[in-house]
Amino acid sequence: MRVAGSGQIDRTKKVTFSFDGQDVHGFAGDTIASALLANDIRLMGRSFKYHRPRGVLTAGSEEPNAIMTIGTGATMDPNVRATVQEIFQGLTVQSQNRWPSLNFDLLSVNDYLAPFLSAGFYYKTFMWPKAFWEKLYEPVIRRAAGLGALSMQANPDKYDRAFAHCDLLVIGAGPAGIMAAWTAAQAGLDVIIADEDFRMGGRLNSETETISGAPGADWAAEMVARLSEMDNVRLMPRTTVIGAYDQGTYGAVERLSHHIPRDDAKRPLECFWRIASKRTILAAGALERTIAFANNDRPGIMTASAVRSYLNRYGVVGGNRVAIFGNNDDAFRTARDLAQAGVHISAYIDSRPDAQIAGDFPIYRGGEVYDTAGRTGLTTVRVRHDGGTLNVAADILGVSGGWNPTVHLTCHMNGRPIWDETLASFVPNPDAIPGLTVAGAASGQMSTQSCLMSGIAAANTVLQQLDKKPAAVDVPAAEDLPYRITPLWAVPRKGRAWLDYQNDVTVKDIKQAAVENFRSVEHMKRYTTQGMATDQGKNSNVAALAILADVTGRGIPETGTTTFRPPYAPVAIAAMGQTAQDQGFAPHRYTTSHQASVEKGAPFVEAGLWHRPSYFPISGETNWRQSCDREVTMVRNAVGVCDVSTLGKIDIQGRDAEKLLDFVYTNTFSTLKVGRVRYGLMLREDGHVMDDGTTARLGDTHFVMTTTTAAAGQVMRHLEFVTQCLHPEWDVAFSSVTEQWAQFAIAGPKARDLLAQFVDQDITADNWPFMACGYVTLGAVKGRLFRISFSGEMGFELAVPARYGDSLFRQLCATAADMGGGPYGMEALNVLRIEKGFITHSEIHGRVTAYDIGMQGMISAKKDCVGKTMAARPGLLDPARERLVGLKPVGAVKTLSAGGRLFTQGDDAVRVNDQGYITSVGYSPTLGHFVGLAFLRNGPERYGEVIHMVDHLRGIEAMCEVIPPIAFDPEGGRMRA
Amino acid sequence: MLDLVAKSPADGLVPVAIGTMTLDEVAPSAITFLTAAKGQEAALSAALKTAHGMALPAAQRATGRDGARAVWFGAEVALVGAVPDPSLSDHAAIVDQSDAWCVLRLTGDDLDAVLARLCPVDMRGSVFKRGYVVRSQLQHMNVVYHKLSENAVDIYGFRSMAATLVHDLKIAMESVESISWCQRSL
Repeated sequence: MRVAGSGQIDRTKKVTFSFDGQDVHGFAGDTIASALLANDIRLMGRSFKYHRPRGVLTAGSEEPNAIMTIGTGATMDPNVRATVQEIFQGLTVQSQNRWPSLNFDLLSVNDYLAPFLSAGFYYKTFMWPKAFWEKLYEPVIRRAAGLGALSMQANPDKYDRAFAHCDLLVIGAGPAGIMAAWTAAQAGLDVIIADEDFRMGGRLNSETETISGAPGADWAAEMVARLSEMDNVRLMPRTTVIGAYDQGTYGAVERLSHHIPRDDAKRPLECFWRIASKRTILAAGALERTIAFANNDRPGIMTASAVRSYLNRYGVVGGNRVAIFGNNDDAFRTARDLAQAGVHISAYIDSRPDAQIAGDFPIYRGGEVYDTAGRTGLTTVRVRHDGGTLNVAADILGVSGGWNPTVHLTCHMNGRPIWDETLASFVPNPDAIPGLTVAGAASGQMSTQSCLMSGIAAANTVLQQLDKKPAAVDVPAAEDLPYRITPLWAVPRKGRAWLDYQNDVTVKDIKQAAVENFRSVEHMKRYTTQGMATDQGKNSNVAALAILADVTGRGIPETGTTTFRPPYAPVAIAAMGQTAQDQGFAPHRYTTSHQASVEKGAPFVEAGLWHRPSYFPISGETNWRQSCDREVTMVRNAVGVCDVSTLGKIDIQGRDAEKLLDFVYTNTFSTLKVGRVRYGLMLREDGHVMDDGTTARLGDTHFVMTTTTAAAGQVMRHLEFVTQCLHPEWDVAFSSVTEQWAQFAIAGPKARDLLAQFVDQDITADNWPFMACGYVTLGAVKGRLFRISFSGEMGFELAVPARYGDSLFRQLCATAADMGGGPYGMEALNVLRIEKGFITHSEIHGRVTAYDIGMQGMISAKKDCVGKTMAARPGLLDPARERLVGLKPVGAVKTLSAGGRLFTQGDDAVRVNDQGYITSVGYSPTLGHFVGLAFLRNGPERYGEVIHMVDHLRGIEAMCEVIPPIAFDPEGGRMRA
Repeated sequence: MLDLVAKSPADGLVPVAIGTMTLDEVAPSAITFLTAAKGQEAALSAALKTAHGMALPAAQRATGRDGARAVWFGAEVALVGAVPDPSLSDHAAIVDQSDAWCVLRLTGDDLDAVLARLCPVDMRGSVFKRGYVVRSQLQHMNVVYHKLSENAVDIYGFRSMAATLVHDLKIAMESVESISWCQRSL
């Protein structure tokens, strides 16, 4: 019900939303939880394991029970905390983990099976038979136990990401955070203040106390307004700082549009921030904990501070009769505020016999709540006190077991909090995170006055560290009452007393863990699953370890805490993925011929980030093989055009350029003449092949190196390493020109004829022999021509500035078509090079040596090169190594399969008999059969042998003959023509 | 008859105008990498000054003006907008890069907010000032940023990645525009 007058909701703005199909009315400024309570809806969810009815426990982001699904269809969001989600007109909310309805949940039968379902039950029961776990037990358990469900549709929501930089990040905008930000901002620091709530002010929004004579919430609003006017302050409400990382970097999630209707697909739902700050002040406050007693989980039982939040902030009380149970003075505030608001208090139970409290309601000092009643909502509280026992009628029970400072972020770099006997709580280790200072209740300051002062002090510490003058700010006056507490973790009594509401862990489960010798807090956690739900144990960790300490006879400090890890609060995976999904997943690299290739209907294959055309289908072709066979035949008989711009091109200049080339290539380049190209092989430092390619000498001190598409970056990095670390004395400059040149292979018997129609120079067999290179002109355009071949045919590569690439490709294709030629794609390129035994990274995949590919002779004996010594290791020169060969099928099965394993005829096709593997295959229309490249033990010594290929994965077996890698035109006459 | 038609890297992708921001292509007439030979930095700087009117920039800076700029690119300096004077080749390796880079100009009042979505480096106006240059990321791509004025930056990215550059910039521009809408509507 609503209480007249009080609260920070806007009672002039009525908001209607639906909850499980029913219209519910609230006001602007309400959360789902406050609006439901205002409508006397206390039952908000079902528990994870036992499907017990649950109501809201807290009024903050630590909420374990009131977890809901908002929205419908693809934009549905499960596991939203009702205490955080603001309501808006048209919001759709559904309860979770119940069937068929929240009030009547058939799976609540689990609750009656509770004696069989205690901690460790699954581990012990579902062990046998082994295969049943994955197929039967786990699916059944998962169906019964759970949180919300995903829509199973692709999420169309947009998530944003951003980076921020500041002098000071203040985490939390309660009294301490506000004063810290104010003080630092006055001194001129660039300040970011982030708070997970949509209204800044922290506990001040939930209390009736005053600061400098004004209501606390009004003071906070005024201070926030003043901060918002400062250019050096950025306010980040609805922003949860989720993790502390190295070098002052913090992760944060900002809820941008969860609070408004999703009517614009471009509007991001959340923004994932990485905030780099010079210094950080953690002022995240404290979280109230409950006390474990039998049936302490009924809807209507919540923390005492939550009762105050709902009353003072939202003007809501969840029922007509309220009881309070506490072990500290703070709980009394709740009774005081309720009484002031005219709410009936049926009992105040304080476990401390000496509690100094007074009020116009029944007070039971030294008393305990030992049980409760009410099936889907609290009706009765059973109280034991020195005079006996009694039943108290109550709809709401506010419980306070004390406060836990929010130490989580201070533990993200393996820091451990320190136990404080006086507070009966863990407080942060002050040096846990470099550059982070803790202020306010998070540091154990429990009065508002001390929080305000510690915020100022923390800011001045930061100012001093940054060599700034401390700021003189007025200290506002606020309450400064002592915080008195006598620890009470659990009320002993038969029955289930809940600790971890989210994972349904009870006091008994903790004790059982200890009995079974899971005495370490880390073992207890994993055995019982306490603290492993989405609230990460914020509501239960301290009580659970206190109980573990008790049953194991150790103190709390010796027992210690489990490890708090990021994120502090649940984060949607989509928020972490942010803009790096869909087209933002990775850059697309397009060649200049891309558009023309698209227009020709080519499908594309990705090579690194590049998109390359697979083949160019023409009318009547229904299968890629038809296109591929045609393109191969076209190149062998006429002329083909292929965009090879994706190959890495590195311009190398300088007096010592040839030294660099001699050093990184196995063979010699200093002897290469100007106007000539040479094939080169490059090794890694461990002696294995890194890459291959050609390098052209354009001038005395000017070379252009080409690399494979895949290794362009790696080779560039390697050259940087060699010139910066190994030979910094060399005068050599190099830069990538891959993007500068559009380069097209023109291959086939008619290549020269096609070329003649484009370049102004007369290109003949004599003036441009095989492996020649030089400058040409295409009208006004200056180009480069290389006579090299990856197809085995007469081949040229013609390079022009990239701006002309599109135009040149279109005209080359059109002219080639008149000559019976045309474009060819990656599939045909692959077949052509396999026929010729030319290697790619399918062969030089990182585990092969020059010896393995038959190129040992290319390691020059006359000079040193990277990898030379290591390549000479005996194990790398063993003839029994898997070495490059060609294969062709000779049995009934005419197919070869890349990835197939090779076995000696008659051997079983099992691992120990493995003789090698196939790296590349293709159907050769030229030869009329499949050809393959493979690595085979003693390979070159086995030419002529028939060998057994088995592709276990695809179920293909074939007999094939071992042949030399070069299956077509071994003399190379065609490419030298 | 051969007639080669030139196409700029961001042809058909720009201009883009979203909210306060606009994105357009600069397409400088020439971009040339200058890498000083060993010990020739001072001589190159002097030659550059004589021929083109500006000295070599310090690391992370640009010199010159529209029509002839020298932009720090890391190991190299990019001469942007002017065809290099032959005298420069006495002191440096000269590499034509005119077609390699897609140069986009991002302009508008929300510049800092858009850049904050794409680049991890501190690009706030108070830190990344006019004439400053930084090599960093734009989403997943490596680019060079050159701050031209309080609300304009030139972004040099790979030509082949022009489509992704424009796509990622557009997404960030849309975010900033819709977030300002959210904040205005509060």
